[in-house]
Amino acid sequence: MTAALLLQWVLPLPLLGTLAMLLCHRHPNWREAVTLMTSVLLFLLLVWLSVELSWEQPPTLVLAEPLPGLALALSPEPLGMLFALLASFLWPVTSIYAIGYMRSHGETHQTRFYVAFGVSIAATLGVALAANMFSLFLFYELLTLATYPLVTHSGTAEAKRAGRLYLGLLMGTSIGFMLLAMVWTWQLTGTLDFTRGGIFPAQTDNWVLGTLLLLFVFGSGKAALMPFHRWLPAAMVAPTPVSALLHAVAVVKAGVFTVLKLVVYLFGLERISTLAAADWLAYLAAFTIISASWVALTQDNLKARLAYSTISQLGYIVLGAMLGVAAGVTGGSLHIVMHAFAKITLFFCAGAILVVTHKTRVSQLNGLGRQMPLTMLAFAIGALSIIGLPPMGGSWSKWLLMQATLDSGMWLLTLVLLASSLLNIAYLLVIPVRGFFGRAEELAHAEVGVNIQGLDQTLDQTRTREAPRACLLAIGITAAACMLLFFQTDAILGLIEGLLQ
Amino acid sequence: MRLIEHLPVLVVVLPLLAAPLCVLIGRQALAWPIGLVTAVASAGAAAQLLWQVSHRGTLSYALGGWAPPWGIEYRIDLLGGYVLLLVTVIAALVLSFARRSVEREVPAARRVNFYAALLLVQAGLTGIVVTGDAFNLFVFLEVASLASYALVSMGSDRRALSAAFNYLVMGTIGATFILIGIGFLYMMTGTLNMQDLAARLPGVSDSRTLRAGFAFISVGVGLKLALFPLHFWLPNAYTYAPSVVSALLAATATKVALYIMLRLIFGVFGLTFAFQQLPMGSLLIVLGVVGVLSGSLVALFQDNVKRLLAYSSIAQVGYMALAMGLGSATGVSAALLHLFNHALMKGALFLALGAVTYRLGATGLKDLAGLSRQMPWTCAALVIAGLSLIGVPASAGFISKWYLVLATLEQGLWPLAVVVLVGSLLALVYVWRIVESVYFSPWDNSRTAVQEAPLSMLLPIWLLVAANIYFGVYTDLSVGIALQATAVLLGGTP
Repeated sequence: MTAALLLQWVLPLPLLGTLAMLLCHRHPNWREAVTLMTSVLLFLLLVWLSVELSWEQPPTLVLAEPLPGLALALSPEPLGMLFALLASFLWPVTSIYAIGYMRSHGETHQTRFYVAFGVSIAATLGVALAANMFSLFLFYELLTLATYPLVTHSGTAEAKRAGRLYLGLLMGTSIGFMLLAMVWTWQLTGTLDFTRGGIFPAQTDNWVLGTLLLLFVFGSGKAALMPFHRWLPAAMVAPTPVSALLHAVAVVKAGVFTVLKLVVYLFGLERISTLAAADWLAYLAAFTIISASWVALTQDNLKARLAYSTISQLGYIVLGAMLGVAAGVTGGSLHIVMHAFAKITLFFCAGAILVVTHKTRVSQLNGLGRQMPLTMLAFAIGALSIIGLPPMGGSWSKWLLMQATLDSGMWLLTLVLLASSLLNIAYLLVIPVRGFFGRAEELAHAEVGVNIQGLDQTLDQTRTREAPRACLLAIGITAAACMLLFFQTDAILGLIEGLLQ
Repeated sequence: MRLIEHLPVLVVVLPLLAAPLCVLIGRQALAWPIGLVTAVASAGAAAQLLWQVSHRGTLSYALGGWAPPWGIEYRIDLLGGYVLLLVTVIAALVLSFARRSVEREVPAARRVNFYAALLLVQAGLTGIVVTGDAFNLFVFLEVASLASYALVSMGSDRRALSAAFNYLVMGTIGATFILIGIGFLYMMTGTLNMQDLAARLPGVSDSRTLRAGFAFISVGVGLKLALFPLHFWLPNAYTYAPSVVSALLAATATKVALYIMLRLIFGVFGLTFAFQQLPMGSLLIVLGVVGVLSGSLVALFQDNVKRLLAYSSIAQVGYMALAMGLGSATGVSAALLHLFNHALMKGALFLALGAVTYRLGATGLKDLAGLSRQMPWTCAALVIAGLSLIGVPASAGFISKWYLVLATLEQGLWPLAVVVLVGSLLALVYVWRIVESVYFSPWDNSRTAVQEAPLSMLLPIWLLVAANIYFGVYTDLSVGIALQATAVLLGGTP
């Protein structure tokens, strides 16, 4: 009973929080206090919910029934709960970071920023906890719309163009493919409820199922599977906290989460393993992994490089889902978490570098490790986790995915994963290496005007100039999590394996 | 009790009497209140009627006590009640919006006549919906059409005159065709009562006269509906008419034309005649597809937002024709549902543009640049109604799109489903042109700053916007009645 009651508050809480933020738009301190409080409360609420929850009989909250038989409903299951916990844990962390970043960077329209952020989180939780594909789709679209003002935050011509690409690709794929697939599925099966083992009757033709799978996966444009990936680099015009939480965690993970969810709960793993389309998608994901890594190598803009790295890493999860073996789904789910912590750390660092030094290019970062040692150290930790080296969390998910490719007998994909890890080293580790060992250009930063607003006035102005403390705190939390997760994977694995029984 | 019995006729007579009353009193200050009270009363009556129909079944009212089929019968079934409620509620909202807007756009000397004509349009449209007599239907169609020509011509732009003249010519051709068609039917059957017609037509279905009558009626209604390629009157009429008139016509007139088509094709001629003996189904599908694609494509390149929305309306009519052409229960309910939802979207959009016109005096995309700072509520309404037009989930438009796609897939016609979705994506593009202009372009500082529209305008706009969201989430009324009305319509006994 408690769980049902708690579930009712999952969506209203962040929305009420945003309402309160709107009301305090004249008082930035209050507004930020509300943001932090809401986000912490939300995380606690979800933790409490996950404790109270029984997986055998999860509570279902029906919000409305727009179409006969198709309810707008929430119902937690292990994978969704994991995603919800992840997003709600990183929201307060990002909020701490955002407060430091937005103030130091002197951004405008901060209330709009925090409000849109809160709505995006609510939509993400809706995606995570949706009880059927229809509800998921609704929150998925809401997420696109809620993040649009964040992407176009600066209001420049470039932001407008990026916004077009963002909306065009995300809504184009979701309306053009996913909606079609959904109605088709509904017409075939008469249900869109997430059901263990899938919803398609055994006699459904494999060609139909394959087409549906293609439509669904391409329809999840947020998963940034090539050739529908261009929106992600474009979205990097957004302020860094947005890139960090939304375009490394919430939005992109909503995409791959959707893919995992429909593989497990609409198609069923066994059906997936019989579909040729799934193999094609796995190879397409492999192509995405390699080519996005390759592009990342060529990007000098730090955020663009990270964006392409994200595209590549999302490919891992899609690949894992398409293998049709349990280890693939487990590895994919685990990778959602591991990559989230690692990539958000990297983005936080990129933002910190931007705020302090106004540098955006990789080639400018030589010797920066001496100036911002903590930031660079955190960057190295995040990079190692993405590469998949112990003792970082990322090693487990890569391990599992590698195992999955061997389980399914597609050894070519195993090679792809190995090659990609090497490419990761080439494009990510090079940054802290340059930072710590590269020869610094002139350290002419003394005159760079940075408005830190009293956050770290005591810092030595000539030697180390670290990020604002709020930013450093956030970076510290996520970097530590990257390492902690290496030792604490059992809980997550237990959760995920439960859903595959 | 007596009054309730006469509601079917009162709902028509009320505006029909209020119109001359406005003119007789001749006072500008009184015309608007009379209009508003009438419209609200009609809406109340319509709600009551729909309630009666859905609980007690079809209502039949013998006009003047002459029993049908000799006398004129007013007959309200679920389909009629559904459209009636839509028309009267939209009319009431438009009228509540009208006062300030009309003060701004219509010269003082014409205002009394303006309200009188507005009431006549309402009388005509409600008459069409409640009547069970084919000739009576024609009469009301003419009442509504003549009044709307007059209304369009009262636009402040001088091009409104030529637009109205065009509309007049095309509309008259349409009405004449319908009359000829009805004449043919009368010739073959000797009756004008629609139920009677439906009963007798199958006996004479294999005659050239009947086929000619069908063709005349289809073309005539197609003209009124602005079905591609009979849509040429629409863009100018919507663009240059006063804002209130554009909103009213877009949200109700084409909807009632669609009602006529549904009523005559499915209710009178019957599915067998229209879809099996004649290729009406494929014709509607083809015209619908071309309408959706061409209307949306042309809308992409419009620089005036009103004209953009007018072309979008042509595309939306295409959806309805396409759905109707499928001839299945799901298809017809999809058409009905889109009729309802589209009225909500376009009503909200055109009223919002009315508010823009009230403050800015223009509706060019350039004029709207940077307006979001000056008129945040109006612009937000434009965005939300626009999202509904695209068919974003949790908006009324999504429910329409869902049923449209479902109806096409049900028959295995997946290319049509693709057309529907491509139409949605085109809508995304043209709606976003408005959004970008309003939110991203800078406000030209040499222009005088404007204020947000007055509350009397914002209220009806936002009621419609709220309806767009409400009917995207709670669909008992829209979907429920559409499904039942379809069952009644296709069941053959209206």
